[in-house]
Amino acid sequence: MTAALESKTASGTQTVECEHCGLPVPLALRIEDADFQFCCGGCEIAYETIRGCGLEDYYALRDRARSDRKSARGAGDAYKSYDADAFQARYASTTEAGYRSIDFRLEGVHCAACVWLVERLPHVATGVVDSRLSLGSSRARIVWDPAQTSLSTIAQQLDRFGYAPHPARDASAHAARSQGERSRLVRMAIAGALAGNNMLIAVALYAGVFEGIDPAHARLFRWLSMAIGWLSLVWPGMTFFRGAWSALRARAANLDQPIALALAVGALAGTVNVVLDRGEVYFDSLSTLVFLLLVGRFLQARQQRWAEEAVGLTLSMTPDSCHVVRDGILCEEPSESLENGDEVEVRPGELMPADGVVASGSSAMDQSLLTGESRPTAVTLGDPVYAGAQNVASTLRVIVGAVGETTRVGKILRLVEDGLAEKPPIVQFADRVAGWFVVVMSATALVNLSWWSATVGLSAGIESTVALLIVACPCALGLATPLTMAVAIGNGSRRGMLIKSAAVLERLAGVSPKAPGQLFVDKTGTLTSGRLRVERWIGDDRLLRWVAAAEADSPHPIGRALVEAFGPVDANDTSQLIDRTEFHGRGVRARIPLGDLLIGSPGFADSEGVVIDAAIADGIEQAESHRHTVVFVAIDGRALGAVALSDELHPDSQEQIAWLCRAGWRTEILSGDAAGPVRQVAAGVGLADEAAHATISPEGKLQRVREATAVVDHPTVVMVGDGVNDAAALAAADVGVAVHGGAEASLAAADVYLLEPGIGKLAELIQLGRSTMHVTRRNLVISLSYNVVAVALAMGGAITPFVAALLMPLSSLTVLASAVAFAVPRPEQPSGPPR
Amino acid sequence: MSVVFVMAPAALVLAAIAIGAFVWATRDGQFDDTDTPAHRMLFDDAEAKDRTER
Repeated sequence: MTAALESKTASGTQTVECEHCGLPVPLALRIEDADFQFCCGGCEIAYETIRGCGLEDYYALRDRARSDRKSARGAGDAYKSYDADAFQARYASTTEAGYRSIDFRLEGVHCAACVWLVERLPHVATGVVDSRLSLGSSRARIVWDPAQTSLSTIAQQLDRFGYAPHPARDASAHAARSQGERSRLVRMAIAGALAGNNMLIAVALYAGVFEGIDPAHARLFRWLSMAIGWLSLVWPGMTFFRGAWSALRARAANLDQPIALALAVGALAGTVNVVLDRGEVYFDSLSTLVFLLLVGRFLQARQQRWAEEAVGLTLSMTPDSCHVVRDGILCEEPSESLENGDEVEVRPGELMPADGVVASGSSAMDQSLLTGESRPTAVTLGDPVYAGAQNVASTLRVIVGAVGETTRVGKILRLVEDGLAEKPPIVQFADRVAGWFVVVMSATALVNLSWWSATVGLSAGIESTVALLIVACPCALGLATPLTMAVAIGNGSRRGMLIKSAAVLERLAGVSPKAPGQLFVDKTGTLTSGRLRVERWIGDDRLLRWVAAAEADSPHPIGRALVEAFGPVDANDTSQLIDRTEFHGRGVRARIPLGDLLIGSPGFADSEGVVIDAAIADGIEQAESHRHTVVFVAIDGRALGAVALSDELHPDSQEQIAWLCRAGWRTEILSGDAAGPVRQVAAGVGLADEAAHATISPEGKLQRVREATAVVDHPTVVMVGDGVNDAAALAAADVGVAVHGGAEASLAAADVYLLEPGIGKLAELIQLGRSTMHVTRRNLVISLSYNVVAVALAMGGAITPFVAALLMPLSSLTVLASAVAFAVPRPEQPSGPPR
Repeated sequence: MSVVFVMAPAALVLAAIAIGAFVWATRDGQFDDTDTPAHRMLFDDAEAKDRTER
């Protein structure tokens, strides 16, 4: 028995790559002696369609692009609803030439070759006039001739290529964002043009200081400099005055105020000097200051792009269209057109478009999105149902009670968005400092003016005060924080950590041994490699082929390990399976010729009333003593076989956990697995048994996170989750970290998305947070001390307004250089965890 | 009169034209997507062949 098993696992089957996407083909889907192998049906269709249209160049381009591998995402739909009037009215528009145009959001776009393929659409589909894909946002604009083809045909073609098209439902939000980005870009560019020209004129004037300049020329340049300077204040620079004014009206302080004050003082002093034809012209410094500050704000706004795109993910949780009952007739309409009180029909397999109450029918709903429950809940007349839940069993008619943002899932996501929109504490700190700054600066200026006037004279006093006010401008303060945060987020995304907002970094950095934090980690896939290995099979060998057949389609690591060990799967066997159902995280049931087959965890077997056969009881005890994961195989309620599986720890898990504990994180493992393997892993990474919680259901995880965050002044709670069911827990934590391989729902609910599994990236993320705060504090210190020193010098008369004008952008440049130095990747981190 | 009195304002007028062109291009949406055109540049141009065939 054991020998046969060994030969199967040790046969070392070579990995076969899918012809279309390059991902490995699962053992269960391999066909002997086939020319081409595919990892899924979608890839097969895509490959045949691409070849059929004569577009094989796609594969050459894709290899050149060397991007992430993703399988085709065609859904196989007919997209008939896209031709409906309501749909067209909502999403499509008419172009000037009489064609129709629509914006689609495509699934499965990942590289330049995809752009090429999608933009070839006019050449392979009649009636398509134009097709443009934007790689970053996966949005395609299709223009077609309604007389020659229909939208559903175009959608089907895209789908067959492997890109399922969805209407861009957040079109208005997206348009608003584009508008905002455009105006920021225009403002920054204009400020740059004005600053550049002003600096050129300044060069002429400075040269004149040393070499001598014709007074007429000097006057010309000074007047031009003034004109450009006023233009840069009144047009791009107006944002600061507006910001300062609105904060003033709200009786609050923000950084715009001292900046606006310095700009105003400099402009007035410069104007006076130009008109009276004496003294310094400050407008070159002012224009450059406006430009640099706008650059900082532009970069900061761009970094938020990923966070905004994540909102698009939430739209994939509710269906694009639904069946509404209007005047007794069933129509297909976009989900947005739903209102409270409408009656919708939801068929098995479909998602609920809104919250509501069941009006007729009874079924079971998969609510894993909201509650983490992996078992479907039975619903019948009068029961509430929620948006995003999947109807599992039979058709339901539901009266809508809440739509869009007012649904439960909408509210959860709202929480996440609000958490992100909060200003990081350090930015709030900078704002408060700015408030004090204005007060202190004005007072100092008055004191300075009166002192100088009393001792030396009024004009000298004015000169010194103007120099003081200009040099006291905390422009570096205004630039330091947003710029450093933007650089940190960019840094993170290059290293595989997608961070939605800078507040996350600050929250993570706030943890130290003196201020501990709470970390909840998953076991499988995070601490362990997630690749389970079958150690032993106990029981009758005849069951092996049925185990492999039943688990052939399972995405669960246990299922895959079973197929790997007991495969390859015979197509005859899978065709004899009846009523195969998978219970996520618990097991699989199917009817086979031998009887009612059940494969599952001990907990699942227990709840289904499975009796353990005496023949295998010994073997199970042995496996448990080795702390292996045990999976039961039962026929008609009797466990006739069992599999012992082991999971390897990541080689560096122990070091990383040790580093995290030293850094002040109280780590706890939350796992759905049995106590034995969980304790083994805990021991392996150096955690106490109390910190390892086993057999936790997804609702249990949410419960724990809620308990941890319920206390006022609680330690920062970080939840690391990869699973389908972790979305609610991720949203409830202070910092939710979704790990590669997670469902889309987790991505929308999380604050950070790590592209690599394992705990190493988490430690790197925390390290990034710390170094970001360190650099930010350093920049703040630099800018503040610069201001203090310069003000002191101005009061002492050592700085003429001329020198003040030179020094003004210098502090900003220092902060910029400091931030850029932070952006350059460092080869090693001396105090970080061992890599 | 020195040429500078003509040159300096003329240079600024040229700058103004450049700014105008930039603002127009931005409003036209040409700067919305700065990543994809970099990839598009590298595609082989088989379109001429396709057009003659159609």
